[in-house]
Amino acid sequence: MTPSETTPAHRPSLTELFSAFVGVSLSGFGGALPWARRMIVDRKGWMTPDEFNEAFSLSQFLPGPNVVNFSVVFGSRFGGAAGAFVALIGLMAPPVAIVMLLGLFYFYYGDVPAFGHALTGVAAAAVGLLVATVAKMLLPLFRSGAIVGPAVAAVAFVAIGLLQFPLPWVIAVLAPVSIAIAWVWP
Amino acid sequence: MNPGNVLWILAVNFAVLSIFAVGGANVAIPEMHRLAVEVMHWMTDRQFADTYAMAQITPGPNVIIVALIGYHVAGVLGGLVAIAAMTGPTCLLAFAVTRIWDRFKGARWRAAIQSGLVPVTLGLMAASAFVVTRAADHSLMAFAVTAATATIAYFTRINPLWAFAIAGAIGLAGFL
Repeated sequence: MTPSETTPAHRPSLTELFSAFVGVSLSGFGGALPWARRMIVDRKGWMTPDEFNEAFSLSQFLPGPNVVNFSVVFGSRFGGAAGAFVALIGLMAPPVAIVMLLGLFYFYYGDVPAFGHALTGVAAAAVGLLVATVAKMLLPLFRSGAIVGPAVAAVAFVAIGLLQFPLPWVIAVLAPVSIAIAWVWP
Repeated sequence: MNPGNVLWILAVNFAVLSIFAVGGANVAIPEMHRLAVEVMHWMTDRQFADTYAMAQITPGPNVIIVALIGYHVAGVLGGLVAIAAMTGPTCLLAFAVTRIWDRFKGARWRAAIQSGLVPVTLGLMAASAFVVTRAADHSLMAFAVTAATATIAYFTRINPLWAFAIAGAIGLAGFL
């Protein structure tokens, strides 16, 4: 793709960037990714689907939360350091304020049986959503028919989920091994 | 512990954790659980599961659970310090890397890093689902709610908030 093909007709201003990411944040129940794509690709046309996938794949394997990284990658592409900053603040400020209000509520009413009971139910459903998301993401790994990928995933699962090894150690050992294997057998 | 000390502990732990959260906040959930419940004794298993649930019903990125853990430990300032530590360093890294990365499109080492990290990330996410399920579900009925929500979310396009609402009502009725 050449730049001329992909340059959008309209480059977002800093204000537009900020309000767009506030919008993504406030509509993003259960993860902000689908909403980010909807806003950037479908509604605003600021990126083509391919550009979005590329920018997101970069955000995904950089350390740190995906969508947060994405706001920085996207913001910097359209507005440099200032763009990255306003996109990040737009994404983070509203939910941080909301979640701490919930925390305050929990502090006062967490011991009230009714609130605790309702939250137990929501917690059970919330982990169910996570299980489904993980299952969907695992599907291509097993479909590919390769053995190495699922084996690496299984080792990571056992080390963290069952043996409860510290995360930094597991990654420090497993990531280089997995990358080396991918280097030798691309 | 004096308050400054607690903020420092929050900042260091979450900054270190963020570096290893390759693949997103969910990957780091088991480590947050280990830190908050088992190592630091900031909260009980039950409180951690509640915290996870509250972060889930808040719109926005899942990483905001970190603000809630910080808030639980040291109030509003604790929440802000924790979320800044969790997102600040990695955002600077993302900003630096995005400028370099595009230049090496098609490079073999770039492809190897990309495809090597994917299975690690997926295994960690599976572990994460396992750990939070064990923290959240303490009855057969709770496991049934989890299984039902997972099934609905996997096979249908129904908004998961409906499952959250119904599950909250089931919990409120005292069945869990």
